[in-house]
Amino acid sequence: MAELLQRHLGSRGTPLLILRNVSKKYGNSGQELMALQDLSFSVFPREFLCILGPSGCGKTTLLRIIAGLEPDYQGTVTLEGEPISGPGLERGVVFQEHRLLPWLTVTENLELALHKSNNGGKRELIRSYVQLVGLSGFEDAYPSQLSGGMAQRVAIARALINKPKLLLMDEPFGALDALTRLRMQQEILRIWEKEKTTVLLVTHDIEEAVYLGDKIIVLSQRPGTIKRIVEVNIPRPRNRSEPRFLQVRRQIYDELVEK
Amino acid sequence: METVLRRSFKEYRLPTVLNTAGKKWFAPVLLLLMWHWITTGGRVKPILLPSPESVLWALVETLNSGELAHHLGASLVRVLEGFALAAFLGIGLGMALGLSPLLSQMTEGIIQLLRPIPPIAWLPLAILWFGIEEGSKVFIITLGAFFPIFLNVLQGIRQTNEKVVEVARVFKVPRSKFIRKVIVPGSMPFIVAGLRIGLGYAWMCVVAAELSGGMSGIGYMLMDSRALAQTDRVLVGMLAIGVVGKTMDYVLQRLERKIIRWRSFYNGT
Repeated sequence: MAELLQRHLGSRGTPLLILRNVSKKYGNSGQELMALQDLSFSVFPREFLCILGPSGCGKTTLLRIIAGLEPDYQGTVTLEGEPISGPGLERGVVFQEHRLLPWLTVTENLELALHKSNNGGKRELIRSYVQLVGLSGFEDAYPSQLSGGMAQRVAIARALINKPKLLLMDEPFGALDALTRLRMQQEILRIWEKEKTTVLLVTHDIEEAVYLGDKIIVLSQRPGTIKRIVEVNIPRPRNRSEPRFLQVRRQIYDELVEK
Repeated sequence: METVLRRSFKEYRLPTVLNTAGKKWFAPVLLLLMWHWITTGGRVKPILLPSPESVLWALVETLNSGELAHHLGASLVRVLEGFALAAFLGIGLGMALGLSPLLSQMTEGIIQLLRPIPPIAWLPLAILWFGIEEGSKVFIITLGAFFPIFLNVLQGIRQTNEKVVEVARVFKVPRSKFIRKVIVPGSMPFIVAGLRIGLGYAWMCVVAAELSGGMSGIGYMLMDSRALAQTDRVLVGMLAIGVVGKTMDYVLQRLERKIIRWRSFYNGT
């Protein structure tokens, strides 16, 4: 309880990431498509933030803007006060698909992303991240030899290996089967607690958002606007069938479906 | 009912031995039998088509005298020289143009213009420039093998998945590492395919170049034998071309599977 309180108070310190009036348009003057409209919110250090919305609400676009992959947007996005103008190592990204390079082994895939000048500690560091995601023994496996869940674990290790301040995840478990998804949700919480990092996770799965998030930003259908910001004050580990959990879930469900 | 159906289906099946070995040898054996039948009993003049037996004898003869080895050797050396040069230029230029939009835009027109010219059409010019023997032949081979290699390397680089490129951007992979670890391995299937096609072209070009001039090589042996009305030796030469071409392709194919282990292949079923 004390720790939770502290995190809560601490999180009211300086925000890590600030979005101010962010909008994104697709297409040119004739046929414009508004993907995101006037989004403003902050993410505090050590926070686990979920962005929840129906498909087509622009949540992936939002994540790509923060990742620096969509330089063309309106408004301002700052990370520790610095405006984002492109990709950076202080942000690690996990995509919807694992996006490992099929011709590189697990170790080589991590090595590709790793920025470290001295060669000595490289292998050790890679091994420790493989261990962190629970894949010890698979260092020399090729992605084709891994299951979907294992490949996504490697992708998480790759995103974390440069010790980013912010971990961005775009529906990272969307392509996994239901059981693997549940396991991976527990795993990401464990990794988040161990790495003491800040997570921004995009999902369309209400239960996933309630299970994982300290805070949930609920987006509306296109153009994506913030419908509501929900603080999930349920201590972890959360039980998916306890009344409070179901209540929050219900509340968000009504919000999204009612319209 | 079911069992009856199944049994009757089984009855129509070929015995397994014939099924496995037979598939491979069916067409060649049939062809050989037909060839034998046509050429015996005076149905066709031997000068138009000698019997398989006499071709076999001509083969033994040219093997014993060392003629076949001499001409094949001469052709092979030319092919290897021309192919090596084409591989070097094709991979080098393919990479350069593949990684530089500016360079590829600047050279696109000239490439489109040169590509449709058959390599053999360069022969008159090549003879003027490099002489009738080795130089012109190697030039033609290089030219013939260059385009498939070059174009495949270029295409291999350009088909690199945008999603993978995004990964490299997100993790700020330095350019040289990006080329070594992402671009080159990703285009490897295309590069090797280009090399395979290029080697095939090189082999065809050497024969074509030798048919039109010179004093050695398997193509020369064909023309020389035709002039002396030794059709059986013409056929020996043709078969040798086929066997060597197939062998070279086989070697590259094995190499391909060795290099590109991460990929699983579709066998056509």
